[in-house]
Amino acid sequence: MDRFVFLLSAGLARGAVLALFALSLVIVWRAARVVNFAQAAMAVAAVYAAFAVTAATGSYWAGLLTGLASGALLGAAVERGLMRRLPHHNPLPGIIVAIGLVMVLQAGLAIAFGPEHRPMHPPFSERPFIIGGVPVLSPYDLFILIAAAVVMGGLALLFGRTSLGLQLRAAAFAPETSRLLGVRVPRMVTLGWALAVATAALAALLLVPTELGLNPHAADLLFVNAFAVAVIGGLDSPVGALLAGIGVGLLVSLVTGYASAAAAPLAVLALLTLVLLVRPGGIFSAKEARTA
Amino acid sequence: MSAFACKDLTVGYGDGAPVIDGLELDMAEGAVVALLGANGAGKTTLLRALAGLEPARSGAVFLGGRDLTNLSTEDRVRSGLSLVPEGRSVVVELTVDENLRLGGLWRHRARARKAAVEEMYELFPPLDRRRDAAGHTLSGGERQMLALARALMARPEVLLLDEPSLGLAPQATAQLLGVLRATAARTGLTVLLAEQNVTGALSVAQRGVVLSLGAIVADRPAAELAADPALRHAYLGF
Repeated sequence: MDRFVFLLSAGLARGAVLALFALSLVIVWRAARVVNFAQAAMAVAAVYAAFAVTAATGSYWAGLLTGLASGALLGAAVERGLMRRLPHHNPLPGIIVAIGLVMVLQAGLAIAFGPEHRPMHPPFSERPFIIGGVPVLSPYDLFILIAAAVVMGGLALLFGRTSLGLQLRAAAFAPETSRLLGVRVPRMVTLGWALAVATAALAALLLVPTELGLNPHAADLLFVNAFAVAVIGGLDSPVGALLAGIGVGLLVSLVTGYASAAAAPLAVLALLTLVLLVRPGGIFSAKEARTA
Repeated sequence: MSAFACKDLTVGYGDGAPVIDGLELDMAEGAVVALLGANGAGKTTLLRALAGLEPARSGAVFLGGRDLTNLSTEDRVRSGLSLVPEGRSVVVELTVDENLRLGGLWRHRARARKAAVEEMYELFPPLDRRRDAAGHTLSGGERQMLALARALMARPEVLLLDEPSLGLAPQATAQLLGVLRATAARTGLTVLLAEQNVTGALSVAQRGVVLSLGAIVADRPAAELAADPALRHAYLGF
């Protein structure tokens, strides 16, 4: 039972990171109808900027803000400079350019900073609290959960309660109709990319201190799992990303704890296959529209 | 000065023959003009080009003397030109209330926007009953009402409407056209109404323009046009 509680609490923090990264994929999908295969490499580039600022100033928080800002800037720059110029009637050019961007970014980061893992220190202890003799969440796990909750709450408020959010949603769902209502759709798409990559950068920033350290491939596995999460939840659904992220985080933790770490990716793939067989659009995919 | 005009407008797709060919149209302020024509006459293409959704090969578009030709669709809308496209262009993922607010975002600040939304609910009571319903749950008539109300939220000077009666029952069509006529009379709104429903369109318009193969073949007072059987047979098919 102790082990089960420990694995659940560890899975919760892992799930929050997965949910955040999946949410970033959902945001960019909703804004531009593109699966951004370069999201992990872009997020890691932003984490390198955070790492450099933390190393120079000694402040984790200055690094965190730098990571978010550089993620947003990189997202906007890639959309304006690259993605916007591609033909949109076919998804293939976007996918190929994104994969090319992964190669360029990862090679560039390896040339600039070296391929080795650089340890990143978390701002809070990773030693779990002991409650009733059972190790549960660590202070850093709590920080991850709070940070993820704050960002998700903030994004929910932005999209659900503000005029900007209304324009972002409308531009994503119906770009031509939105233009006919005076919404500056290209600006909304850029903003969507900026928000998405900043969110992905936060997820990577939260993850890296719990893993081997920072290297150009540090978020590759996170991307694979988060992509599975986004598809399981329904690529269009932020709520789907959140719930599927927590679910997959718990699944990975339990399978790792009770079976083996090697079995965890297989469990995620099995879940993905099952969901795609039963509900191909994802669990929380949009409902069918009335046609009469 | 005319409220709205296009000069020598030519529009086409790819390398094909122009769909709209050197078209000239002038509309006085507050005029309701019916744009008539058979399928393929170029009505939708003309309206989309006027709104900036289709690039013109040549020609110019003026609103109150301002040249809109080089403006994007968004900027044409913000200059006072609104298009309600064919096919109940509601954002189905948003609620009725959100659709309406979206229509007035650039025009009104928060309090004025709320007042404008309430005004639309008074104008279209069926929408008032479905404020929080998602667009995809609305009936065809409700969607068309919402599309029109949303366009009116921006208080446009010129409203372009593409087949608002498409797929609607006669009663719903009459209700919609009635609101349109009353709004135009009350606010001085200039309306270009593209319709297959010739009788309905001519009943609310003062003037009718018949389009055939991208050119205007008749431009007369609505009553005169409705009473000309030769023209109806030749271009409108009834």
